[in-house]
Amino acid sequence: MSDVAHDLPTRHMEVNLGPSHPAMHGTIRIKVELDGEVIVKSTTEVGFLHRAFEKECESVHWAQCMPYTDRLNYVSPLINNFGFAAAVEKLLSVEIPERAKYIRVLMAEISRIADHVTCLAAVAMELGGFTPFLYLMEAREFLYDLIEEVCGARVTVNYARFGGVAFDLPDGFAARVRAALVKVFKLLDDTDKLLTRNRIFIDRTLGVGKITAEQAVAYGITGPFLRATGVDYDVRKAHPYDVYERMEFDIPVGDNGDSYDRWLVRLEEARQSRKIIHQALAQIPPGPVLLEDPRFVLPPKEKVHTTIEGLMNHFKLVIDGARVPPGEVYSFSEAGNGELGFYLVSDGGGKPYKCRVRSPCFVIMGAMDDVLLKGATIADVVPIFGSVNMIGGECDR
Amino acid sequence: MFLVVSTLIKLVVFALVFALGLAAILTWMERRQSAYSQDRLGPTRAHFFKLFGRPFVLFGLLHIVADALKMFFKEPFIPKDADRGIFRVAPLIGFCTSLVILALVPFGPDLVTERWGVIPLQVARIDAGLLLVLAVGSLGVYGVALAGWASNNRFALLGGMRASAQSVSYEIALGLTIVGVLIAYGSTELSAIVNAQRGLVHGFLPNWGIFIQPFAAVLFFVAATAETKRAPFDLPEGESEIIGYFLEYSSMGFGMFMLGEFIEIVVLSCVFVTLFLGGWQLPYLIGDTSSSFLFGSLFGVNNSVAHALDGMLVFGIKVFFMCAFQLQVRWTLPRFRYDQLMRLGWKTLLPLALANIFATALLTWWDPTLKILGHVGVAMILMFVLVVVAGPRRVPAESHGH
Repeated sequence: MSDVAHDLPTRHMEVNLGPSHPAMHGTIRIKVELDGEVIVKSTTEVGFLHRAFEKECESVHWAQCMPYTDRLNYVSPLINNFGFAAAVEKLLSVEIPERAKYIRVLMAEISRIADHVTCLAAVAMELGGFTPFLYLMEAREFLYDLIEEVCGARVTVNYARFGGVAFDLPDGFAARVRAALVKVFKLLDDTDKLLTRNRIFIDRTLGVGKITAEQAVAYGITGPFLRATGVDYDVRKAHPYDVYERMEFDIPVGDNGDSYDRWLVRLEEARQSRKIIHQALAQIPPGPVLLEDPRFVLPPKEKVHTTIEGLMNHFKLVIDGARVPPGEVYSFSEAGNGELGFYLVSDGGGKPYKCRVRSPCFVIMGAMDDVLLKGATIADVVPIFGSVNMIGGECDR
Repeated sequence: MFLVVSTLIKLVVFALVFALGLAAILTWMERRQSAYSQDRLGPTRAHFFKLFGRPFVLFGLLHIVADALKMFFKEPFIPKDADRGIFRVAPLIGFCTSLVILALVPFGPDLVTERWGVIPLQVARIDAGLLLVLAVGSLGVYGVALAGWASNNRFALLGGMRASAQSVSYEIALGLTIVGVLIAYGSTELSAIVNAQRGLVHGFLPNWGIFIQPFAAVLFFVAATAETKRAPFDLPEGESEIIGYFLEYSSMGFGMFMLGEFIEIVVLSCVFVTLFLGGWQLPYLIGDTSSSFLFGSLFGVNNSVAHALDGMLVFGIKVFFMCAFQLQVRWTLPRFRYDQLMRLGWKTLLPLALANIFATALLTWWDPTLKILGHVGVAMILMFVLVVVAGPRRVPAESHGH
């Protein structure tokens, strides 16, 4: 063999996957150096979707940041909404109404299922399973219908407010959620049966894109990705917020930290989310969904139109922004991909002095070159990338 | 003179009307069938006129016409640094080789006429027919490999490389699988193989290749699917990895590759039906040349023409179902990885094919009437069914959490 190698010089081939590659959902560039089909070296470049989210937030009022957060993880925008609102509420040191907490948990879990379903769909499609992809897209459609019913929008929801949520749930929503969940999990179970025990699927995912628990922790990886390695860190359990401490649910963990475990963990997490949704629907109390606090909550429209105080309040909030006391805060919640953190600094003006997002998938992308893609073949790149569930809007901000 | 005319007629009827027509319908079927398994509607829009105030869509069949028109009228773009000659020729190679294979397949029983004698319903009756099928089939890879190479694109090159490695590897398994069939039927001529599958085993089971050689049938189907580069072996065009060898093709160049793929499906189905499903024969009803079933009873005649028409119809239906089965496989299974594909080809299919040859040779030598081979074949099928039915249930994987 070595003689032949002397006679025939070989060269590594460099191939660009992305930024516009049909399989790169989310704009990202992975430059790989190939020896045949095997990756010798890979360079992952993020940032093609950079929109200066953090800087933008610093130039608008607190409330005006909320629509920007929709565009972070655009598969589960509600979780970003609630995360940002929770950070600001922490600065304001206010407690939101009970019903609002339940609504946040309920809607966040619906979004989480949508997020996981999307990731599972992407993994299936990248392995050539187009049918399960469409099943799961259909499942997501049912969930988006629910979200649309509550927020009026499917992606650009802008639903959270400082001190609660914008609107109460529509009448009969609980029944429709339960009906939709039946349909969603029918499709999810179909996909499970189709792929989870399929030999080709197992061959393509088992032991692929492996990462150990130590490495994952060292990189700061969180979420399903970390849990697939066997670490049971979930913000909802470790640092419960809203009403998660009243919910009964399990944290699924994997053993190997490979694509297959990530697939299983996401499947199971979706089922656990269903459990949480059912509990939240059973426990949700009546009451207001938004605080009445003139410092940061817009007054009701009739007050604006009929009273001078209401009009002045409205005017000041819109022109000057919410009055958030000076201070700094780091608030974090469990998003679809892991710990979504907001670090906010207020100088008492109407705008954030500093805003910084700890996006979960940006952290995972750091492990791509050195751990996940190491020794993989080019055919594995996109499936591994798919199991990361990188969302461009969240990663590049 | 008569030979030329009759051959041309057969060529037009079988290769152009049947195979190309079926391939065109398959483009529609692939979309429609996948739509049904994916809770979609599929193509339902294209129409030329309205009938009774509603667009005349004909189940979306008119999309075939729309697709063809689109392909023809698009700009055939050739990349600047591509090898222009090879780039243009490459799509034709795969297309033509597939059509050549069709010439060897018998699509009906011999037509016995008083005026012209015996007319075989097979374009070319060649003694080494089955070997020629393999030989010509292996030429098809040139189209893909050259397309990938001539495009001057790294993804296309990777696709071409994968295609050539895959074809070469699976040809061996394919060839060895067929040896078992050859031993059992004692001929390489395809119409002789069909004739050898006449009659019944044990009085009720058709004497088909799939019952005599069930193992070979499965191996052949797997290896042949790999040869046609269809899912789960669609690595040369893994659209989520390297997009495919036809990456730089547009217009009808791409159309040829696409149509070529469907013709390969038809060809594979034809060869499979010929080798393993008794060709044009319908057990119990169309057994020998003297009985005719459908057309004979329709027109109240019982002659060779009615018999031939029956045979062609039966052949067409079998081919159609094989095609539908292949489409369903494509929409069900995920894709292999390159090394796994090679492992399957060399370490699984090849030894199994060799074992099959050995077992077939032994059993045929023991009992040349193929009875024992039939026993073993049926036993294997029963075992397979038992394993599938009584095997571990496909339950959703349980979570291992806490």
